[in-house]
Formats: sequence, C-alpha cells, structure tokens
Amino acid sequence: MIRANDRSADIGPFIAADDDDVIICRCEEVTKGEIRKAVHSGMYTLAEVRRYLRCGMGLCQGQTCGRLVKGIIAHELGAKPSQLEPATGRAPMRPTEMRILGSEKR
Amino acid sequence: MKNTADVIIIGSGIIGCASAYYLAKKGVSVIVLEADDSIGNGGSSRNGGGVRQSGRDPRELPLAMWGISHIWPTLSDELGTDVEYTQKGNLRLGKTEKDLKVLQNLTDHAVACGLDVRMINGKEVREINPYLSDEVTGASWCPTDGHANPLTTTLGYFKKARELGAHFITGEPVLKIKKEKGSARLAVTPDGVFEGDRILAAAGYETRLLTSKLGADVPMRGKKIECLVTEAEPPMFQQMLGTAEADFYGHQTKHGSFIFGGSTGLELFGQPDGGGAPMSTSIGAACTCRGIMKYFPALSNAKIIRTWAGWTDPSADGIPVIGQADGVHGLYIACGFTGHGFGIGPAAAYSIAEMMTGGKAPVDMSPFRCTRFKAKI
Repeated sequence: MIRANDRSADIGPFIAADDDDVIICRCEEVTKGEIRKAVHSGMYTLAEVRRYLRCGMGLCQGQTCGRLVKGIIAHELGAKPSQLEPATGRAPMRPTEMRILGSEKR
Repeated sequence: MKNTADVIIIGSGIIGCASAYYLAKKGVSVIVLEADDSIGNGGSSRNGGGVRQSGRDPRELPLAMWGISHIWPTLSDELGTDVEYTQKGNLRLGKTEKDLKVLQNLTDHAVACGLDVRMINGKEVREINPYLSDEVTGASWCPTDGHANPLTTTLGYFKKARELGAHFITGEPVLKIKKEKGSARLAVTPDGVFEGDRILAAAGYETRLLTSKLGADVPMRGKKIECLVTEAEPPMFQQMLGTAEADFYGHQTKHGSFIFGGSTGLELFGQPDGGGAPMSTSIGAACTCRGIMKYFPALSNAKIIRTWAGWTDPSADGIPVIGQADGVHGLYIACGFTGHGFGIGPAAAYSIAEMMTGGKAPVDMSPFRCTRFKAKI
C-alpha cells in the first residue's frame, strides 16, 4: 500500500489541462478537473474524493467510473493505481425499492 | 517529517479536523494523527447529518444552541466548501399516547433552556410535511433545527485547516500517550514519536484505550449504527425528521436523495468480531425501510442505492467529555458524543481551541468534565 500519508507532502502544483472538463462520473456529473483539484486540496484516498465530490455515489455506485477515478488520483499523487485502496463496495449492489428491501415475505 | 508542534491531535473526525482549524486560525501549530488511511473515516462520515437542538440533553443544549447561532449559518463561506446547511426545522414524530408523553417531556426541558420548540398536533404536522401518514398524531417542532452534509463538513474543516498549515498524517495509529516531566507530551506511533505542549485525544471510542492508561478513563462503549441512502428524488421536504420511538431519522439532501438511519434494537450487541470495521447487515436497512414506510407511504418505491454502518461512542450518562483531563497536565479529551456529535461538533471544537489556548469557551463547559462519573454508592 502506498504511504501517501503526509498530507502536507509536496505533490506539485495543480496545472490546468485541456481535458479537465471531461465528465468522469456520469451519475453525479463530476469532471476530471474537479477530481484533480480535490487531490491538490488534500484528498488522497478514493473514499475522501468520493465523499468530497460525490463521484461514485450515484445510481451505479462507481461501477462505471471507479477505475477512471482511481487512475486520476494515482496520477496526481505520482503513484500506481494498484497502490491505492479501492473505495468500499456497499450493499445492495443494484438499486432496490424500499418496499422490496423491507419485505419479510419469503 | 516534522514531529513537533504546539498541539498534537489524535483523531481526524469532525472534532479533530475542526479543532485543528480553530487552533491553526489562532496561529497555533498543529499535527493531527489519524490511524485510518482516510480522514474522518469514523462516525463523522457515517451519521445522518442532523444539526439539532431539540431532543438533546439539557446539559449539552447551550453548546448546541451556541453553534447553531454562531457557526453553522456561515460555515460554508468560512470553509470555502458547501456544507449544505439547511435550517428548516426538526419534526420529532409521535404515533401513540406514550410517544407524545416522551416528546412533551423533551419539549418541556428544552423550553426551560430557552429553546423555541413546541408540541403540535397531527394536522399541523401535515401542514408542515404533507407526505406524512395519518398514523402520525403529533410531533415536537423546532423551527431553528436543521441538517448538513457530514462528509463535506468534516473534509471542509480538514481542507481549511491544512491550508492554514495544520499538518495531517494518516495511517499513523497512536499506540500510547506518554508523559514527560509530569505532563502529557508524547504520542507514540509504530513509526516514531510526536511531541507537543498539549495533546488532544479525540478518537471516538478508541480515546478510552489511550487516556485510561494515564488515569483519565471515560466510561463509554462502542455501539453500531446503520444508515441507508436512496436515489435522488424530486424535492419533497426540507425538515430534519426523527421519531419518539427512534425507529428512524433522516432528511432529504440537497441533491435529492434521502438519508435515513434507524435501529433494530440489537445495536448494543455490536458484531461478531467485537469491533473492527463496522459492517451493515441484512436486517438493518430492511428494518429501517419498514419504519420509514409507516410514516412515509409515498417513499415505498424509492430505491435504496447504498447502506453503511458506523460506530458511535455512548458515554455512561449520554453526553460527551470535552475539556482538560483533570489530574493529567497537558491532556485534553473530546469523546463520548454518544451518536449526536455531528451537529454539536463545530461548537465543541471551537470551545476546545479556546480552552487549549487559555481563552474562555462561549458556554459553561463544566457539565462535560471527565471527573463527573461516580460510583452509584
């Protein structure tokens, strides 16, 4: 696991890029630039970026964009994607109506 | 890596992050040590987001009221992060005579403390929130209560404290606090030793493992909570909701999803591993759904997209310990918030920063002393 644990470590300045307005998380409409800026604001883990920007918190729960987000964070930190802990998967794996999840019928 | 500062804070929840911010703002150097890989990964990121005064213990009510009048309204601007603070009132719902008695009792105590809260009948409840079922026969209504986003609030404090020079180190579990020349000064981790003139232990239940060895034990335990969130729905209502029976609580967020927490009655018994990472269960969300549907039949078809769990730290008398550890020079404690620490967190942290720098907290903090716990005989 990467020891990106010193949140004051110098990861270099945020430099604007041409593709910063590309939408990465389609459910919550979060752009690449927003994710990159979040890393430079101190959010170094997938859990933090998700909580700060909502990417991966919409209908698909990050099943579409999770890998992309991980790659972007890793790149900003100068790390490999495999060195980052994935965001926690949460039940239910598919959106489920309250009347079905709450049913006790067999 | 820098390992000395004026203040060492253990824990990066809302208390740790906000205390770091208020201290850094005063020019105090701060190092925050977090055991987890992520900032605020405990209860601060796992609660229902209530910013309430009603329903609180009268001993912590003055601090809650101070925070709601002095911190929350301008917090988004102050931190440069949208904390989604919404002050549209709190309805605490009742369905039975017994419920209404519970609510009346809570209301009487709060009114005695000067809070604007009153009992209303079922018809008045549905005028405020037309989606509530006819089973609701009354409620307590506090118009100055509300809710906020716990995730962006905690991370917003972190971001701002970091900008002001507070040094955060994650994945750095403190194994023990050591005294030097009679004063708590050293925080020992697997990688090294961090030294400060004062130490603030604000690590939820785990605080107990560190401070008890210095003679400052806070009687509390870990209790699990479970929450769920729905997909985004069209705007329905803006109030914070709770019930006398405590079968659920929650609100609709700014982006439209509903966040609800609930209880199964089995929370006291934790989980098989006795602690560790909190896991949501198959019975938790299902039970909460049944509770919600009794009050909100209209939400029966709302889709649940995520569930999660977290640990709370109920103290023996239901309110937190905040302040200097009597008898241990240099050590300050903030824990035992008992599952209602989010709304009161910013005011608690502001007060801690004052107390740690020789200032005066905005309200009387004596109810939160750690020496208040006594044997029954």
